[in-house]
Amino acid sequence: MAITEWSLRYVADLVHRRTSIRFGADKAYLIEARLLPLARQAGEADLDEYVRRLATDPAEQRRAVDALTINETSWFRDTEPFRVLADVMLPHLLGARAAQRRLRIWSAASSSGQEAYSLAITCHEHLPPDWTVEILATDVSETMVERVRRGRYGQVEMNRGLPATALVRHFTRVGAEWEVGTHLRSVVRPRLLNLAEPLPELGRFDVVFLRNVLIYFDTETRRDVLRRLHRTVAPDGYLLLGAAETATDSGAHWRLERHGRLSVHRPAEPLGPGPAYRGTAHKGPAHKGTATTVTTGG
Amino acid sequence: MTRMTRQALIIDDSRTMRSILRRILTGLGFECREAGDGQQALAALESGPLPDVCLVDWNMPVMDGYTFVTRVRAEQAWRGITLMMVTTESAHSQVVRALAAGAHEYVIKPFTPDGIADKLRLLGLVEQPAFGSEALA
Repeated sequence: MAITEWSLRYVADLVHRRTSIRFGADKAYLIEARLLPLARQAGEADLDEYVRRLATDPAEQRRAVDALTINETSWFRDTEPFRVLADVMLPHLLGARAAQRRLRIWSAASSSGQEAYSLAITCHEHLPPDWTVEILATDVSETMVERVRRGRYGQVEMNRGLPATALVRHFTRVGAEWEVGTHLRSVVRPRLLNLAEPLPELGRFDVVFLRNVLIYFDTETRRDVLRRLHRTVAPDGYLLLGAAETATDSGAHWRLERHGRLSVHRPAEPLGPGPAYRGTAHKGPAHKGTATTVTTGG
Repeated sequence: MTRMTRQALIIDDSRTMRSILRRILTGLGFECREAGDGQQALAALESGPLPDVCLVDWNMPVMDGYTFVTRVRAEQAWRGITLMMVTTESAHSQVVRALAAGAHEYVIKPFTPDGIADKLRLLGLVEQPAFGSEALA
């Protein structure tokens, strides 16, 4: 069932208004594939009829945007970020936060929650039991936020990168699904959040994972997101982007630190006006990684 | 630097399943051999060459996959072989049992090609993708 150019443009504009994610003409196939099931459920004869319905049905608009912004995800996606979390970030933070014994991590585009729960598993297995961990899991899709809250996954999803040892330690079988253990669900806080809009007060995070999201934003939105993020990452904290993403054109100052095959971003200096941490950057313990100061923009 | 092609032994009594797994593994750069049950698989190991990984179904005639795993683990010369169960056995207790017997990984059917690739990546048998945002900086 093909979609007309007018409908395509309407849907692309709708998604951009709601999420700042740009869908180009090359994404027509994706729009058709994701909206067709919704059109059928809504009893519409074809996609164009469905798109006309969207214009006057806010609830259906939400469903359509949800369906179009769902991304593929897997447990411990790419492996290396979680190894660096366990081998570099957590050892540093164990020292730097020894007084508070508390860590805050943000999975900033959590989709169905595999990243947030992978972070929770890594923390559970590498931090002393008396430490408090809070993992904020945010997504632009209400459906995804609800999935994170529910914490249940089908078999095909479970096979995607979850080590069998983690499965037996942290999940229980419930019917045809697997449920995340309460010890992990209690540290993950799902929340609806659109990164492209001004952020609510979230506090500071020791680690932020923002992977495979920026690539969907236009340049201006990407810069805005990264400038806002600069203020949410603790001065000695870490920002982890996807392999094809960079913060170096954001106008904020970040240090790139290399750990094996992975590069992480760290705040290099304050970006004014914003919360003052002038003079506190670079005061964390020495790191083994190779640091490169990136000072593009200002 | 060229590296030897990795070898896999696919053990499943379903010819269709063996064919599906062979296609996935071949796509990942493996050379594959097949066995229809645990007994045939033991014979394949004895006749060599030893594979890097065995993908092992649980429920098979003659010798099941669980018995095959215990037999492989009892043999010093086969310690280097990675064992990955690929089975419909989906109870939590069965996963625990297989790991305790010496399986390294466990895939519950149904699976996708990406699921198999992810697990082999975890086991270090498939290359990791490149990382690092500085590549585009």
